[in-house]
Amino acid sequence: MNETQLRDLVPAVIGVLVRRGAAFASAEDAVQEALLKALESWPGDPPRDPMGWLVTVAWRKFLDARRAESSRTAREFAVDSAAVTGPAYGMDDSLWLYFLCAHPSLSPGSAVALTLRAVGGLTTRQIARAHLVPEATMAQRISRAKRTVADVPLDRPGSLETVLRVLYLVFNEGYGGDVELAVEAIRLTRQLASLSDDPEVAGLLALMLLHHSRRASRTDASGRLVPLAEQDRARWDTALIAEGVGVLQAALARDRLGQYQAQAAIAALHADAASAAETDWVQIVEWYDELLAIADSPVVRLNRAVALGEAEGPLVGLAELDRLDARLPRHTAARAHLVEAAGDLASAARWYAEAADLATSVPERDHLIRQAARLRQESAGRANRQQE
Amino acid sequence: MAKYLMLKHYRGAPAAPNDVPMDQWTPDELAAHLKYMDDFAERLEQTGEFVSGQALSPQGTWVRAGGEGEPPVVDGPFAETKDLIAGWMIIDVESYDRAVELAGELSDAPGAGGKPIREWLELRPFLDDSADLTE
Repeated sequence: MNETQLRDLVPAVIGVLVRRGAAFASAEDAVQEALLKALESWPGDPPRDPMGWLVTVAWRKFLDARRAESSRTAREFAVDSAAVTGPAYGMDDSLWLYFLCAHPSLSPGSAVALTLRAVGGLTTRQIARAHLVPEATMAQRISRAKRTVADVPLDRPGSLETVLRVLYLVFNEGYGGDVELAVEAIRLTRQLASLSDDPEVAGLLALMLLHHSRRASRTDASGRLVPLAEQDRARWDTALIAEGVGVLQAALARDRLGQYQAQAAIAALHADAASAAETDWVQIVEWYDELLAIADSPVVRLNRAVALGEAEGPLVGLAELDRLDARLPRHTAARAHLVEAAGDLASAARWYAEAADLATSVPERDHLIRQAARLRQESAGRANRQQE
Repeated sequence: MAKYLMLKHYRGAPAAPNDVPMDQWTPDELAAHLKYMDDFAERLEQTGEFVSGQALSPQGTWVRAGGEGEPPVVDGPFAETKDLIAGWMIIDVESYDRAVELAGELSDAPGAGGKPIREWLELRPFLDDSADLTE
């Protein structure tokens, strides 16, 4: 059993402890300790029943902590070991844990951290490294999150929608510490898909798989960002694409469309095109219309404007863009792209330079500056040719 | 070993001899510049002198307290600042002289026309938190 398989057991183990009467925060602490112990002793001495082993050790850790606490306060030992009943590890417990970690009372950042720890079984150190913050900082964030959900009754979980948003956030925070968050998000979403029966969970899983399939081609050897149209499609992971498309088709067949299925459908159309030129932009615009009908947002409208520019010409795209708030992230970059497609290279260069100033990451900034430089060179060349 | 902060400025520093805005370079000039910076950081990692580095967005905002019961006062996003920091690199080196040498090298990164920018970098020593226990 590897570390990842081990982590898969975490939500169920926490669930068992909670059902036996442990508070969520203490159960979670106990399971973390049991995990550390497992990582230490399993390689030399693997247990026959990993789940049972974890439950036993975690429960013992929990009792130890309770004893230490109660002797300090000189109170009666409240939890009776004899009250422990049979194993009966249920799927419902794990599902409940997903909902708890995505509870609406938590900020998105806290929900992500708590999910990675309680559902993902990552250590605080791993989560801190993945987020590039000191371990003590992350420990504080997690314990604050645990205090926030301490009084959440078990019968009133958050919504599945929130759970999916949290998993989507984990996927988007694709930092690479010793845990790759995109991979972790896919693992957790797979697990959630096996626990629940909702086409949107499948939709999110398909979306992640399809995006992840392009990962190797998204940057070149020197770390440069490569835009979708210029990516080497031979480097796309066809196995992940096939799986993503399969998961998506099964979800769509159930005829309960949601925003993640619609987004995955757009990603699938990109994955399906043999070259950028062969992309079915008309159908992509149709899916954006579906997406707008389900979940209207300025960001979706911006993406739709770009797709519209591809399907019906840059001027149509620009007209659509003019109707949107210019302060939207990537609005200026989208304008630069469409102005270039419309043939005005000198203005496009200026828009790219402005977009570079607004960029939120170094690769994105470098990419936009490079576009500006390329267009200045091309428009200067064009002007020279006209003079001759 | 002592830590130094090397600050690059968007503006505020004296003009560099080769002072051409980045978006007016050619793509090849940009590539050469970025490679120079990457190679520089990588070489300092090899020598054990690199601590951290980060680029900053030009979107800075000035903020100050607004007084009791009032929200903070925000000037920006386009504050009329004389100085705007573009990024930093922290190095941990044996001596001030070595820090100056490295800053000079970084300032020499190629820019427009493939010629060195010779931009001014600000070099600031770290104040140490730890008490000096050496006798």
